[in-house]
Amino acid sequence: MAVKVVVKKSTYRDSITLMKISDELTKLNGVSQAASVMATDLNKKLLEDVGFIGRDIEAAGPDDLLIGIQAKDSATLEKALSEAEKLLSSQEIVVASEVLPRTLDSALKTMPDANLAVISVPGNFAKREAMKALENGLNVFLFSSNVAIEDEIELKALAKRKHLLMMGPDCGTAIINGVVLGFGNVVRRGSIGLVSASGTGLQQVSTLVHREGLGISQAIGTGGNDLHEEIRGITMLEGIRLLDDDDNTRAIVLISKPPGPKTTKEILRVAEDCRKPVVVNFLGITTHDGRAQNWHAASTLEEAVKIACEIVDKTRRRELGFRGSKPMETVAKSERSKLSRSQKYVRGLFSGGTLCYETQVVLSTLTGDVFSNTPLKTESRIGGMEPSRGHTCIDMGSEEFVVGRAHPMIDFSLRKRRILKEAEDPEAAVILLDVVLGYGANPDPAGELVPSIIQAKEIAKKKGRFLSVVASVVGTPDDPQNMMKQEAELRKAGVIIMPSNAQASRIAGMIATGEGSGATGSK
Amino acid sequence: MSGRTNILTKKLKVINVGIETFADELRKQGVEVVRVDWRPPAVDEKLLELMDEL
Repeated sequence: MAVKVVVKKSTYRDSITLMKISDELTKLNGVSQAASVMATDLNKKLLEDVGFIGRDIEAAGPDDLLIGIQAKDSATLEKALSEAEKLLSSQEIVVASEVLPRTLDSALKTMPDANLAVISVPGNFAKREAMKALENGLNVFLFSSNVAIEDEIELKALAKRKHLLMMGPDCGTAIINGVVLGFGNVVRRGSIGLVSASGTGLQQVSTLVHREGLGISQAIGTGGNDLHEEIRGITMLEGIRLLDDDDNTRAIVLISKPPGPKTTKEILRVAEDCRKPVVVNFLGITTHDGRAQNWHAASTLEEAVKIACEIVDKTRRRELGFRGSKPMETVAKSERSKLSRSQKYVRGLFSGGTLCYETQVVLSTLTGDVFSNTPLKTESRIGGMEPSRGHTCIDMGSEEFVVGRAHPMIDFSLRKRRILKEAEDPEAAVILLDVVLGYGANPDPAGELVPSIIQAKEIAKKKGRFLSVVASVVGTPDDPQNMMKQEAELRKAGVIIMPSNAQASRIAGMIATGEGSGATGSK
Repeated sequence: MSGRTNILTKKLKVINVGIETFADELRKQGVEVVRVDWRPPAVDEKLLELMDEL
């Protein structure tokens, strides 16, 4: 085995470019590990954790680029390094063809009437850039994560004083005036306004609204930490007020995992004062004190969509459910009849954290406790890398999976590996997947998943078992990946496609347990 | 909401600092974007903050 780390002094590439390069290098024959990262303290630590050690790494500064490669022998290693050089220089040509401002201040001279800064620099530099933007009167979409809570509070307090919208830090998606920021889907414009602390939650709700024939007025992202008790939903509260004043919005949907009690109380108080109806989807929370008239509780993302659609379009009641040719129960029964006696459990492998959480909310009503790395109850916690146990749902976008690697919406390699691992388990009955489309996501998720799904089904078949695979596609026909094509390819590989994550979770539970399907036994 | 800078009523004009793909995808949507060729400063960020304060 040969290992080498090369330091490229004063060389910078953005994180997505570097992840693409790492990905290309890892795919090379004989390369067991490859990483191209900027030499920030965090990245240096990560390299050390995976076995890249040396004085050169220690001495490198945040403006230096590191390439670490582990290969079967030194010839393969050298070949991979020269490939890395090639990939880096091909990126450089694109950069060199444009003359670009080097700072936000000089960019403002080019565009003095700019009104929004989209910022995605590494976390330790993010506050500085966002502060500069706010001080110059710009609204901010801050994609960067790893920003300290006290810095987030400072940014949001400044934004509030200056009447600016501060989306993030850790904000993955938003749709402002019909424009998708960050990762998001191509959806119709309409009269439902969203404020969301969850990126994939926002994507699921906006795409389901689109598929119901309605549209989104605005979708404001708050960032994942906004509803922490220390921050108290500063951006969510501002978002609610903006949408309440927005002429194009007729109903407001709030999306988050359950916040702390003080934050929940404050948000519900503001929701109660709104002139417009508010649908509150704090996943799993269904309590309603009975006095509140103006807000509606939804326990799942799908239910939030149903309520919001019925508010803005009173012409029909909506049944967001199974739209296959056979009723849901029949499909579940047919899948279940093919299972062996040992196969009892659902194994959910997610790229969206909120979808993973929603699945647990839905599944636990059918199956009881579900193990997860982001569990509903602390006693159900298992590590993401640990083998599955009973019903298990893993958020593969959580920190333990994405260090030095692209998000699982882009990089499918860990999920594909896990699918094959689950197929080996005689207790696994159903593999449940989310497939997220839209700007920023992998250009062909079905193309990535199908070979592994076919292989997983074959592994089970060789052991005399049948492995059921269920998925939902978060997307619209207008997304760059073409939802229809993606769904068709997955179906061809024997995947049961459901129209929403909640429905996919429900049918997966029915297949594994027989509960609710009218089918109680397996062979 | 008088006096408020309300982004929801304005055509977006964006300055992109960081990931290049975001600027490209905004342009594909017909949005005017200026991309900052951002590089991490060679000095420590704490020092930068101190310099900003000065």
